[in-house]
This record gives sequence, C-alpha cells and structure tokens, in this order.
Amino acid sequence: MFKSPAKIFQLTVTLLACAFLLVPTLQSVLAGLTVNYFRGVSSGLTFKWIIEVWTLYSDSIFLSIWLALACLVCTLIIGVPAAYALARNPGRLSRMLEEFISLPLAIPGLALALALLQLYGGWREFRISWTFILVGHVLYTLPFMVRSVMSVLAAIDLKTLEEGAASLGAPPHRIFFDIVVPNALPGILAGALTVVTLSIGEFNLTWMLHTPFLKTLPVGLADSYASMRLEIASAYTLIFFVMIIPLLLAMQWATARAQRIMS
Amino acid sequence: MTSRTFVQLCLLPLIIFTLAFLALPLGRLILASGEGEFGWGIYLKILQTPRYYSTLLQTVLISIAVTIAALAISTTTGLFLVRNRFAGRGVLLSILTLPLAFPGVVVGFMIILLGGRQGLVNQILPGHWVFAYSAFGLFLGYLYFSIPRVLLTVMAAAEKIDPALEEAALTLGAPTHRVVLDVILPALAPAMIAAGAIAFATAMGAFGTAFTLATNIDVLPMVIYTEFTLSANIAMAAALSVILGVITWALLLIARSFSGTTVAAGG
Repeated sequence: MFKSPAKIFQLTVTLLACAFLLVPTLQSVLAGLTVNYFRGVSSGLTFKWIIEVWTLYSDSIFLSIWLALACLVCTLIIGVPAAYALARNPGRLSRMLEEFISLPLAIPGLALALALLQLYGGWREFRISWTFILVGHVLYTLPFMVRSVMSVLAAIDLKTLEEGAASLGAPPHRIFFDIVVPNALPGILAGALTVVTLSIGEFNLTWMLHTPFLKTLPVGLADSYASMRLEIASAYTLIFFVMIIPLLLAMQWATARAQRIMS
Repeated sequence: MTSRTFVQLCLLPLIIFTLAFLALPLGRLILASGEGEFGWGIYLKILQTPRYYSTLLQTVLISIAVTIAALAISTTTGLFLVRNRFAGRGVLLSILTLPLAFPGVVVGFMIILLGGRQGLVNQILPGHWVFAYSAFGLFLGYLYFSIPRVLLTVMAAAEKIDPALEEAALTLGAPTHRVVLDVILPALAPAMIAAGAIAFATAMGAFGTAFTLATNIDVLPMVIYTEFTLSANIAMAAALSVILGVITWALLLIARSFSGTTVAAGG
C-alpha cells in the first residue's frame, strides 16, 4: 500500500507531526509520575506529585469547574433563544449581529480583557468577584453556542413545525420549549461541550481578569510552570489532561453527530 | 403575546450582554488609546518607536512562518489521512487533533519539555541545545497549536473533492506532481486560505504560549502585557491592543470572503 515515494513522504510527515505533538505530552505524563525526573524512570514511579498538586491547587480546579458550569448556564440562557431568533429572521441585520458577537473569536483575548478592565476595573466589588472572570468566559464561548444551535436549526424545517404547533393553538413560548429546543438538542449538546471545554482551558482572558484569590486551573498551571519543580508542573498538567481529554473526545463526537443531522 | 414579540424577546438577553460587555468595553478601549500624552498621535508614535515597530514586525514574521509551516505539514498529513484507510489511522488522527483545546500555557510547557534546559533534545544530543526560550521555540509552540486547527479545515475540504477528477487527470497521463499542483491544490485553496488566516490570527494574538516562552524575545501580546502591568502605560497598551485586534479581525474577514465560514479557538 505504501510503495510510492509520494506515499512514503506523506506517511513520514504525518508520523513526524504526530511525534511532535505526542512526545512532549508523554514526557509530561511520565514526569508527573516519576520520583526524580533527572534520574529518570529508574528512580521509581509515584503519586506523590499528584497529591502535592492536589493540596496546592485543588481550589483552582474546583473554581474552574464551577466557572465552566456557570458559563454553560449563561450561554444556554443567552445563546439558545438568540440562535432561535437569528434563525427565525435571517437577513442583513441578523448577520451583522452574529458577526458582532463573533468578534471575541477574532480579537485576541488579551485585548478583550484590557477592554473589560478599562470599563469595569474601577467597580471594585465586581472586579474582585468571580463573576468578572465569568463575563470573560461567556464572552469568549457564546459565539460557539450560538453558531452550533443556529446551524442545526437551519437544517430542520422550523417553519412547518412551528406553523403546525401554532395552528393547534400553542403559544409562542410553548413552541420554543416544546418544538424548537427538542429539535435543536444535538446542536445544544455540541455547543455545551464546546463551551465547557473552552472555559476550563481559557487562559488569555483569565490571566488578566483573575485576582490572587481567584486562580483558575490554567492560571494555576502557569503559576506552577513558573515557580514549581518540573515534576509538580507535570503532575498538574497530567490532572488537566485527565479532565480535558474526555471532554474533548465528547465534544468531537457531539459535533460530528450534529453535523450528520445538518447534512 | 404574539409570535413576533416573543422572537424579539429572545434576542434581549444577547443584546443586553453584548452591549454591556463587548460593545461598550471595546469603545472604551479605543477611547483609552487616545487619552495618553500623545493623544491620537500615539498610533504614529508606535510606527516611529523602534521598540514597538520592530516587535510588530517580529510578531508578523513569526506568524507568517508558522502559517506557512502549518499549511505545508497539515495539507500533506490531511491529504494522506483522507485518501488512505489503514490500521491505526484513527489513532494518528486523534493524536493530531487532541491539542486543539490545550491552553497556550500548556503548549508552552510542552515546548519547554522538548527544548528547555532539562528538555528531551538537550538530553539526547551532545552540546547545549536549549531553544525553548528563543524565536524558534516560540515558532514551534505556535506550530504546535496551529497543526490541529489547519488539519481539521483542510481534511473537511479534502473529503469533498471528487476523486474522479484526479483519476481523469491520471488516465490522461498527468504525472503525480501535476495532479497535485493542477487538481488537488486549486480545489483545496479556499480551505487553505481560511485555515491559514486562522493560524496567522491565532499566532498574532497567542498570549499564553508567549507568556510561558518569551523571556528573551518580544512579541506583541507580551509587550501589551508589560506596558499594562509593569509600566502602567495604559494608553500604549490600549493602542497596541487596538492594532492587534484590527489586524487579526480584518484578516479573518478578508479570508472569509474567499472561503465561507471560519472558526478560531483558543491559543
């Protein structure tokens, strides 16, 4: 099968790219479980570093989970009805609005965080509360929820379903909850998993918005890279992988499933 | 309540949130850039100050290099994975796409494990091979998170190319390299433009990776960060952020006019 020089070249590039992405990941996993990384695996394997990370950073990990769930609730409340309204009224205005809420995908998180700090930095109670970070996360993840729900809504015959329900006397809010939401579920699920995954990993905005008392998981990671020994930094990265990889796989599965409905 | 009113109500939470936390802050940021000692002349000042000017140039150059490298690697790999079915293909695909949601700081740490003082390369090769904290380390870090992004876009486009076109070219006697140049690459061009724009924009704004790696080298996000936190030069930080935002946003907009939808994430 891989006889032609072109195929061999392609395979080599593929394997090299895989090695480039995988080798440091494996190194990190191994380093997090090794007694002494400089002496290598022969020094023995241990859970000591993981336990140490847990005592140092468990607050950060729980804060991140809490933020991700709060962010999910906000994007559901704001994003799902908005996606419905945008899908119902396609046109220039809707496209411009969608374009505008998608700005956080194009503008670097650092610039967005600076903008938030400029406007709300002086409002102390808001600045030092966890909701300040939450606003940043919602801003960044909202377009993913809106787009995901919109693309599924665009694929189903919303108009006929709605007309049917309306002719049977259903009021608009019942149409939304009984017809629109159940039909949009695959898009909502894909969007929800994307929101949670991105929120848990968000660093660019969070680093600028966080306070010393509100460190999220990635902020803790940056902190451990800068100030802890390699084994602890690696063990912390390992915990992050254990949290994020199942989410990422679920997200890929849900997105593929939503796309199958659309095509 | 009529259906029309209900649909309008559905937009209300979005409009309130976006106005309060996106439109107003961005407006404030733009105003803040003109409130320093140079007024609106600050944008001219950036182009006249070698430190800012060369940082801007350096950031653009690294981002271009990353874009080209990521396109070359991901197109080769993407075509290979779309066209061939073999045992282990799924595993390779997962390895190549998993780093999609790694935060920039984690990517920076991966590069330190490869090219840092205690890194793999330094342990294996004789001599002192420490490149994690240089422009090359930054390039590798950006490449690390660009490969999955570009790969997914290119593969989605490659799956839509009709294999009959290639077969026709081959039966007509075209050599492989001509098929690639005349059939496959033109069909992939829109996806490559979109993916390249995402890779470039992500590299321009990548803060986490730069934060971990850029100790010896200035890139735009790091300069914005130091202007803001260390020098408290808010007008300059705001002006540089505006420039960074406008460059990336305009580029993605142009790319989209060539190629349909684009989605960028993280970095």
